[in-house]
Amino acid sequence: MTKYIGKSVKRLEDKRFITGQGKYTDDIKLNNMAYAYILRSPYANAKVNSIDTDAAKAMDGVAAVFTGADVPESIAGVPCGWQVNFKNGDTMKEPPHPLMVRTKVRHVGDAIAIVIADSKAIAKDASELINVDYDILDAVTDPKAAAQPGAPLVHEDVPNNICFDWEIGNPKDEVEAALASAAHVTELEFVNQRVVPNAIEPRSAIGEYDTAYDRYTLHTSTQNPHLTRLLLCAFVLGLPEHKVRVVGPDVGGGFGSKIFHYTEEALVVYFSKIVGRPIKWTAERSESFLTDAHGRDHVSHAKMGFDADGKMVALQAYTYANMGAYLSTFAPAVPTYLHGTLFQGLYTTPKINVDVTATFTHTNAVDAYRGAGRPEATYLIERLIDLAALEMNMDPAELRMKNFIPAFDGVEKEGYVTQVALQYDSGNYEPVLNRALEMIGYEDFRAKQAAQNNGKLLGIGFSTYIEACGIAPSAVVGALGARAGLFESAQVTVQPTGKVSVYTGSHSHGQGHETTFAQVVADKLGIDIGDIEIIHGDSDRVAFGMGTYGSRSLAVGGSAIVKSIDKVLEKGAKIAAHLLEASPDDLNYEDGKWTVKGTDKSVGFGDVSLTSYVPHNYPEGLEPGLDFSSFYDPTNFTYPFGAHVAIVEIDKETGKVELKRFIAVDDVGNVINPMIVDGQIHGGLAQGIGQALHEGTVYDETGQLINGTYMDYCMPRADDLPSFEIDRTVTPCPHNPLGVKGAGEAGCIGSTPAVVNAVIDALWKAGHKVKDIQMPMTSERVWNAMNAG
Amino acid sequence: MIPNTFEYKRAGSVEEAIGMLGGDAQILGGGHSLIPALKLRLNAPGALVDISKITSLQSINDNEKSITVGAGVTHAAIASDAVLAEHCPMMGQAACEIGDIQVRNMGTIGGSIAHADPAADWPAVLLATDANVIIQSSGGKRTVDIDQFFKGFYETALEEGEIITSISIPKTAFNRHSTYVKFKQPASRFALVGCAAAVEMDGGIVKSARIGLTGVAESAYRPMSVESALTGKPLNAETIDAAVQNVTEGVSVMSDHYASEKYRTHLAHVFVKRALKNLI
Amino acid sequence: MANKISITVNGKMHTAEVEARTLLVDFIREHLSLTGTHIGCDTSSCGACTIHMDGKAIKSCTVLAVQADGSELTTVEGLSKNGELHPMQEGFREEHGLQCGFCTPGMMMAATDLLKRNPSPSEHEIREALEGNFCRCTGYHNIVKSIQYAAGKMNGATA
Repeated sequence: MTKYIGKSVKRLEDKRFITGQGKYTDDIKLNNMAYAYILRSPYANAKVNSIDTDAAKAMDGVAAVFTGADVPESIAGVPCGWQVNFKNGDTMKEPPHPLMVRTKVRHVGDAIAIVIADSKAIAKDASELINVDYDILDAVTDPKAAAQPGAPLVHEDVPNNICFDWEIGNPKDEVEAALASAAHVTELEFVNQRVVPNAIEPRSAIGEYDTAYDRYTLHTSTQNPHLTRLLLCAFVLGLPEHKVRVVGPDVGGGFGSKIFHYTEEALVVYFSKIVGRPIKWTAERSESFLTDAHGRDHVSHAKMGFDADGKMVALQAYTYANMGAYLSTFAPAVPTYLHGTLFQGLYTTPKINVDVTATFTHTNAVDAYRGAGRPEATYLIERLIDLAALEMNMDPAELRMKNFIPAFDGVEKEGYVTQVALQYDSGNYEPVLNRALEMIGYEDFRAKQAAQNNGKLLGIGFSTYIEACGIAPSAVVGALGARAGLFESAQVTVQPTGKVSVYTGSHSHGQGHETTFAQVVADKLGIDIGDIEIIHGDSDRVAFGMGTYGSRSLAVGGSAIVKSIDKVLEKGAKIAAHLLEASPDDLNYEDGKWTVKGTDKSVGFGDVSLTSYVPHNYPEGLEPGLDFSSFYDPTNFTYPFGAHVAIVEIDKETGKVELKRFIAVDDVGNVINPMIVDGQIHGGLAQGIGQALHEGTVYDETGQLINGTYMDYCMPRADDLPSFEIDRTVTPCPHNPLGVKGAGEAGCIGSTPAVVNAVIDALWKAGHKVKDIQMPMTSERVWNAMNAG
Repeated sequence: MIPNTFEYKRAGSVEEAIGMLGGDAQILGGGHSLIPALKLRLNAPGALVDISKITSLQSINDNEKSITVGAGVTHAAIASDAVLAEHCPMMGQAACEIGDIQVRNMGTIGGSIAHADPAADWPAVLLATDANVIIQSSGGKRTVDIDQFFKGFYETALEEGEIITSISIPKTAFNRHSTYVKFKQPASRFALVGCAAAVEMDGGIVKSARIGLTGVAESAYRPMSVESALTGKPLNAETIDAAVQNVTEGVSVMSDHYASEKYRTHLAHVFVKRALKNLI
Repeated sequence: MANKISITVNGKMHTAEVEARTLLVDFIREHLSLTGTHIGCDTSSCGACTIHMDGKAIKSCTVLAVQADGSELTTVEGLSKNGELHPMQEGFREEHGLQCGFCTPGMMMAATDLLKRNPSPSEHEIREALEGNFCRCTGYHNIVKSIQYAAGKMNGATA
């Protein structure tokens, strides 16, 4: 009975977007609203001696100017939601992240003052009249350099800028011993550079205080309104949670950067009561570059050992991870539990150790960005294996096949227990790579590569990845340091007429939940998809939620919906049985009606729902109404996987890399809407390819981000990319009711190393045996690699 | 992003515009060099004199010995102009490479050369065309040879109170045989290196050559050594390779995170070669 | 100092007094409350603010409202006529050319401008024509298909 599931149903939410009626935070105008501009530090590390706001306050149209001194000491700042301990058991260093600085700025963009005025123009004009006296200090931006003796300190009470150190896997001596006896060891030092998420909608927040009800409302561009409300109320402003409404209206992309609770959200809420007006703040793009949490930024050193047959025997990785100047909401989780736990990859490597040192630097915070830790792990593993194939003169596809974990479905054959604390749910890895090889025409590729004669080098790169999605079992993440649960909630309200309102704690900001979730509900209830509305993003309408990130919405949020539907159908069956004068056990539910088995006696869903609200002829003792809430806490992560292949050409004269083809075969478990899943893959690919070829922050020695605009930071455009060639296999998730695994991050996780590997392959085959080219692989870097030595 | 305050004056004619200049007034053409700077508050004039509605600045005129391109002609209009395509193909080729279609629909050739961005496309092309820049002020009109127009980093021969009214492109054999090639800075799509080349051939021999390079130095320039090395020789791979040896002679090559001095120098060689090879 | 301007937007004339520095995009969003036109950057790069001015695609973040005095503008809100979706809007829905929807209005305005100039563009031509518009969600794959859909539909209609 799948009228909708598995079909490419066109998106129900599209109409408002294609007609210009989407409602993003900055589109909202409230009565008597004031506009905020935040004056930010132009220095990465400086002592603030004084801030003179008198002239700004005196400007016509300025309602108020506040600095850090106007924020009570009791408001320490925005909190971190994940605790990682040092290897010796000490708690990580967790210096406060104040809403605005009081005495010291720690990165370019740190907030100095907020100007609140009648228009954004006046607010900005007034900000230019604020005089700040700074003592400029030395800065450090590199995560490894920050940990060296003598590096400038970000926080005086954090020695060597080390936030924590951490390791996972087998004991180091065992790994080292395995490497020592390996027939071949591939070793690589590299940087997984910092990238900027760059959702096209800049962050925006409107704080409003209603004196009549003593209630606050925050509209904000967020991926999880309820978590923002919890943090804002319980950990920042000390407000009663039932007196605060947080709305995440239409949100123009997030990619992780809008998960976190940001200082600006607290500022507009706090000062809206003091000023007595709603306050809107919207980031300019250059502010987004300086203050949206960034991604990646690892400096790593790794060794992968093989026996004489090419079987992996050990993997050791050391990583310095940049936290930025302050800990963002989930920052400590990213290089640890979302990274170190992924080093098994798809392979049977028996000895693995991952060692991570997280440091503070004079830079903007780093936190989860599409993939979050998993791309960094995948990058390291997949770069090493492709390089090993080149070094050992083996075929990179064959080398992978040789090392794949054998297939397991998680039912007949139990999940695979890794060396790094996870148990994979289900996996079947050879078919994705085989399918990709078939799509490329790999049999002919090497001959074509050797014969290439157009002034360009041809290269092919592989990446076979796994990720942990469907985040996450609360008890597990709690044990790992999460200060929140990671379940999801769903309320299914069947209206008397049989129309269905579904309230989900997931938040859609491009993922198409309003369609995919409705497909699930429509099929489960056997009703028309037009009779369903999916409601999300408003803490006053949705009782609770944990939001959207970590490819979790369908696997966790969708499962919560299924639970509520099961409850609806169970109660509905009792009502139907009463109406049909039968036992619930004798009923079948199909096509929107309950039928007495073996008869044509039936009653429809709408009749049952109406009866539940007009309970005149009704089962004794049964409550009226047809409305159920559920919370779903998964029992495990989900583990999507796939094979990505890049084919590149390199201009020998300029070093310019052109991506000719990109093939992705992914397995994300069952698929509800293939069109939407394909779209998620496409978008992830573009971001992963962007990191390989185009994107990356550049800081100067004083801590200035020197490519903090779109004129300097290269965002992939339509003509930088080919059309993608994608396909999938289906290995259902054995532990959630929909069998789905999640598709939001896959493209971004697998693609980056494939592209870099392709460039290395092209160079290697042309006799330039370089091991690494720093991403983004700009033309100059590739040209240098071709012309080195 | 909001500029500082300024006064706005719309001119109906060049004469009116000249009368409105003075003080800290600046000219607003298509606005695609100026408005971005105003938004970032890198530039804060007291007044803007909008010349974008002066129709006399917006035409391309086909004269007997030259083509006059009004200062207010947009990049898009140049890209699709048939007369220029015939007499000076590098103009249209370069126009297509500027920014994006939205930018080309607003940005003007006069605004671009007045701004004199060291990575803009027009300066290289106009140097290769041997154009004249027609300038007007309250004192009358004057003509500046393009070789005297670009003075340095965002610096031109324009003086206060002057307005560029048109650019005159000579109808020459070398302009008819011309090309523009560009290696883009990947983010801004300005030129990391842009090369315009125009070569007059006579019986298989280069009679004259003009080459303009942008993106390389603080200002667009002509690599004279290349032009002279080619003159009197056949145009082929060997003569070109030999001629381009000193493309960056006498200039200070720029460096940034997309192209170091060394790499940019290399690109300059490659793109002068590619431009010339297009003309074989 | 206030400047009086008259601008026709989606067929309707608006007269207003604005500061000289008011950007056209702010005029459209704040004064006219047509919030389908978006602001995504500071540097005329992202194209989210793309509209048509006198029939041509422009970036409304890089034009002053006073410059548009006397002009005719079309914004995304003016794309559909008589309640019927424009073929471009239909194409974006049919081919899943949008995810978060933020770049979409600008993307569609740039694309309709392309089809005016070139009714049957190749994939390469479509990708080149979109160089002034960023999308962070779709990888452009389905945007290209959406525009091809619209081109097919519009050519079919005129054939």
